[in-house]
Amino acid sequence: MINILKNRALKGIVTKHISLDKAKEIEITGSELSSLIKQKFNRSLNIREVDTGSCGACESEIIAANNPIYDLQRFGINFVASPRHADALMVTGPVSKNMLIALKKTYEAMPEPKFIISVGDCASDGGVFKDSYYVEGGVKKVLPVILSIPGCPPSPLTIIKSLLAFLKEK
Amino acid sequence: MDCTEIISGIKNKFPGFSALSVSEEFTDEVCLKVAPENFKEACFALHKTLPSPVMMLFAEDERRESNKFVVHCVFVSFKRSQWVRLSMDIPKDNPAFDSIAKNIYSANLFEREIWEMFGIEPKGNPDLRHLSLHDEVCPAGNYPLRKDFKKIENGNLSEYKFGRVEGDGIFEVPVGPVHAGIIGPGHFRFSVAGEPIINLELRLGFTHRGVEKLFEGKTCLEAIKIAERVSGDSSFAHSLAFANAAEKISNITISKQTAYLRAIFLELERMYNHVNDMGGIALDVSFSFASAYASIIKEAILQLNELLTASRYLKGVNTIGGVSSGTGIKKEIFFDSLNKIENDFCEFEKILSSSVSFMDRVDTTGVLRRKTAEDLGIVGFAGRASGIPTDLRKYFPGVYKEAKFKMILQESGDVLARLRLRIEEFKESVRLIREFTEKLNQNEEAVVNPQYKEGCALGYVEAWRGPVLYWLKTGSNGLIQRCKIVDPSFRNWQGLSYAVLGNIIPDFPLCNKSFDLSYSGNDL
Repeated sequence: MINILKNRALKGIVTKHISLDKAKEIEITGSELSSLIKQKFNRSLNIREVDTGSCGACESEIIAANNPIYDLQRFGINFVASPRHADALMVTGPVSKNMLIALKKTYEAMPEPKFIISVGDCASDGGVFKDSYYVEGGVKKVLPVILSIPGCPPSPLTIIKSLLAFLKEK
Repeated sequence: MDCTEIISGIKNKFPGFSALSVSEEFTDEVCLKVAPENFKEACFALHKTLPSPVMMLFAEDERRESNKFVVHCVFVSFKRSQWVRLSMDIPKDNPAFDSIAKNIYSANLFEREIWEMFGIEPKGNPDLRHLSLHDEVCPAGNYPLRKDFKKIENGNLSEYKFGRVEGDGIFEVPVGPVHAGIIGPGHFRFSVAGEPIINLELRLGFTHRGVEKLFEGKTCLEAIKIAERVSGDSSFAHSLAFANAAEKISNITISKQTAYLRAIFLELERMYNHVNDMGGIALDVSFSFASAYASIIKEAILQLNELLTASRYLKGVNTIGGVSSGTGIKKEIFFDSLNKIENDFCEFEKILSSSVSFMDRVDTTGVLRRKTAEDLGIVGFAGRASGIPTDLRKYFPGVYKEAKFKMILQESGDVLARLRLRIEEFKESVRLIREFTEKLNQNEEAVVNPQYKEGCALGYVEAWRGPVLYWLKTGSNGLIQRCKIVDPSFRNWQGLSYAVLGNIIPDFPLCNKSFDLSYSGNDL
């Protein structure tokens, strides 16, 4: 425990460790995001993530958005374990036929009101896999998508910024 | 190099053996064509003499060209640094061959795959359930990798039959395909008696995207983009193995500079994944401080990747015959970041090893015994943690020889062994990167203007998880005719289902994370 405390004291706040410009950018987008979420979602936006055949890079970046450097959680966005707790569904991957039933069931399990965000090029139109015999070619062919975040994979900062731009409009 | 030694090795075990033809186009590959009636015995003899598990077993459809299917089985000889490929022709009517999985268990999944994708029956294999084309979605009789396949045809759907354990007090616990965390989809079905797991049935294939079919008809430059997206955490390794195969076919020799740069990127990929998964293990026992610490280190490596190549996951770096970026590495900045990462990592190691409750959870958990691992053909770090000395960086060294690469082994095969092995590998990677960077020559330019040829070759690379193998065949127009991919996850998932036996379900995430397998690399 002493080691951990010592380490914590030595390390300081890690968000400072990345270059100043980038850190600033996150803070600005983040605080705006946080106040928007307070207004519109009564303090927190809960997201359930479903992988429908992605290569794993988009997942990795979504996880990175939650690491201590980007720390998405401090702005009121949580990733939850069950669709029952979720306001939004975040979908990655080109929607493999095998995942179609699971995706629909996850969506059905969510309480209203609910919406879907697709993350990555695969989820928006199938990406490099769109000609395959076994993919639907994007989430919007199956369920209503309200926001598509492009990128292969989108960086954590892109994910945060896209969420902000979307919430501002709505 | 001649292959008389290999042939005499087979003859020792199987006196009646004779090859229809022998081809040694590349120094690291021997191809033997054998008659179908000799195939099974020859495979068995090679398996015993080398010794080697089945590294690849796959089919190709040549009905249009020569009225037949061809089945290839690839073994590896570490002693001779060579791959040995046995091939046989199979007539197009009622295609079938004798199952070799009864003698060599590591062939089992490959045979199921051949049956599923080509409709070639491995006669005698008791388990022909589908892996990737789920029965609930895709009717039987669709064989996507046949050349005349267009789209999934409608038909009768059925239901997958899970292996069952029956008896008093046995409970089944189904998990997935949608998991609680932000990870890929897979279905696990545990049978438990009280607390201990007595059977784990894995059902994967949820992320099947028809990757191998997508390669067909593409040029190598187009296809490398798909290779990068087979498994997102190994995108560099996959593109490298693919490029390696394409370069072999077209007789392209890569420059020394390219070889060093590729090795540097490969090790960077190994580092960020190793540290990420060590953090994952910590998170699975709710040791969130250590996990957060690991994610900071991972982010630092990803940002370093971005600095070097403009891509956090090293995508778009490899081309056929060279690398597109990274030649302008500024050594001071690079070493500075590397030193910081290494210092942080040493702190992280201390955090883990000084936590008694953490060490207690990982010690003797999820043991995979060496014999089991050998039978299943477990590869990569999971194999090395069980004491199997397999590392392509040692046996097919290339530039690793100059850097005096040291292979790391552990014996006990538990979560702790896999963890310790990865800690050591991380440090070794840092050392290797320093060595390679020192050798980089800033002035040398890699100019490549490839002329694509016709042929087939095996590309291979030791990715962080284990060997990534690409068997590539191109036609006279330079377009890809067949591309068979084997990600280490394909065989190592089996290892997980044996390692968890006797453990309790709360330890499953630990075991799972310690193998750290790819869903998308397995499902293809």
